[in-house]
Amino acid sequence: MVRIAIVDYGVGNLKSIRNGLRKVGAEAFVTGSVEGLKDVDAVVLPGVGAFGEAIRNLADMSGVLRSLVDAGRPLLGICLGLQLLFTASTEGGFHRGLGFFRGLIVKLPSRVKIPHIGWNTLEILNPGCVLLEDIPDGSYVYFVHSYYAKVEEGVNVDAETVYGVRFPSVVSKEPVFATQFHPERSGKVGLRVLENFVNYVRR
Amino acid sequence: MLAKRIIPCLDVKKGRVVKGVGFKGLRDAGDPVELALAYYEQGADELVFLDITASYERRRTLIDLVERVSEVLFIPFTVGGGIRTVSDIRSVLSAGADKVSINTAAVKNPAIIEEASRRFGSQCIVVSIDVKRVYVAEDETPAGKEVLETRRGRCWWDVYIYGGRQPVGMDALRWAERAVELGAGELLVSSLDFDGTKQGYDIELLRELSRRVSVPIIASSGAGNPRHMLEALTVGGADAALAASIFHYGQYTVEEVKRYLAEHGVPVRL
Repeated sequence: MVRIAIVDYGVGNLKSIRNGLRKVGAEAFVTGSVEGLKDVDAVVLPGVGAFGEAIRNLADMSGVLRSLVDAGRPLLGICLGLQLLFTASTEGGFHRGLGFFRGLIVKLPSRVKIPHIGWNTLEILNPGCVLLEDIPDGSYVYFVHSYYAKVEEGVNVDAETVYGVRFPSVVSKEPVFATQFHPERSGKVGLRVLENFVNYVRR
Repeated sequence: MLAKRIIPCLDVKKGRVVKGVGFKGLRDAGDPVELALAYYEQGADELVFLDITASYERRRTLIDLVERVSEVLFIPFTVGGGIRTVSDIRSVLSAGADKVSINTAAVKNPAIIEEASRRFGSQCIVVSIDVKRVYVAEDETPAGKEVLETRRGRCWWDVYIYGGRQPVGMDALRWAERAVELGAGELLVSSLDFDGTKQGYDIELLRELSRRVSVPIIASSGAGNPRHMLEALTVGGADAALAASIFHYGQYTVEEVKRYLAEHGVPVRL
């Protein structure tokens, strides 16, 4: 069974992602320490809360995350977890991110209701993306966010979603993957995304 | 395109669903977990659990319920009823709920909205507002109240707390705006005039609210058929429609309602 660590950086509901990963056959556990990331097959960076506080709480772990990825261990960022993987964010000032992906996190345009809460569609650009295997184009997934990623070169945008602006909802640069939506809250489609990730970890 | 949401609401007392249930094939129709799964299978977009237990044992049974639901349900769910403190909110969220709805506590201490949304993010703080119309004479405009012309006459909307038992004498439209300023991520709006009537939601209230606030509005109270939900989501401008009895008694499935909405051009997740 693959062992997947869910990084606890202080806020929010981590049970649902843990339960989702267990449902699709992984041994998933929550950890807030560097020691907890030893001997794991993959890492999930979940997402609830504000960027600045999250990145501060992650400071001790950023080096370990980098070495795990350098060693080829898959990393999945979810929602704020996606945003933390980028160069920097403009949420509540200017904060440097973990820098796995090049790009800037900016606020959704004010002409739409913020946060973007609810079920929206995936426009799949790269059906070959590991996470999107057997996910039909136009599938609904669940979003809760106010910021999105403006991607620069070197990052694959595998799916996009439109809400006031066209933004990346699945990005990747193997072995790092990220979704702006919450797969653990997206019903059967979301569970399939998690299963695809677990299968990739197991490969 | 962002879909409009259909949200069944389950009233729970001492860990059991209390309203009558028309589902067939459930082993235990009073088990919230089994009912939640049935709604999930029907295509519910979210669920709301409203805890109406009025006793000291409430907290433990509620946390137990949230944990059990979270293990099997992979759509978002909100928990409300009797949530008083930031610590209550924390325990419900860490047990696996996605959002909490607060009503009486928010009216009595609006700072809880600010503190909770700062700590946990406004996306998980739903402010629930129970309202009732107060009709006024043609030449009367009470101070501090937003009076509107409606089909049934001139009125303003008073806020009620303690499960609709106590009027506050506070304008609901202004309270809604304040709650959003303080950090409410969504508003769940229930009308005591329309609740249980099956004659439709308070569309005039919803329309006015969605004109005024920038966060999603969940319409509640009064749904008797899919057309009422269509009205709330189109004319009323609501982002989600919540209903209890039309689903619990098996009159309509969630899927039937969503198919009806789709036929009328409303984007829904099917």
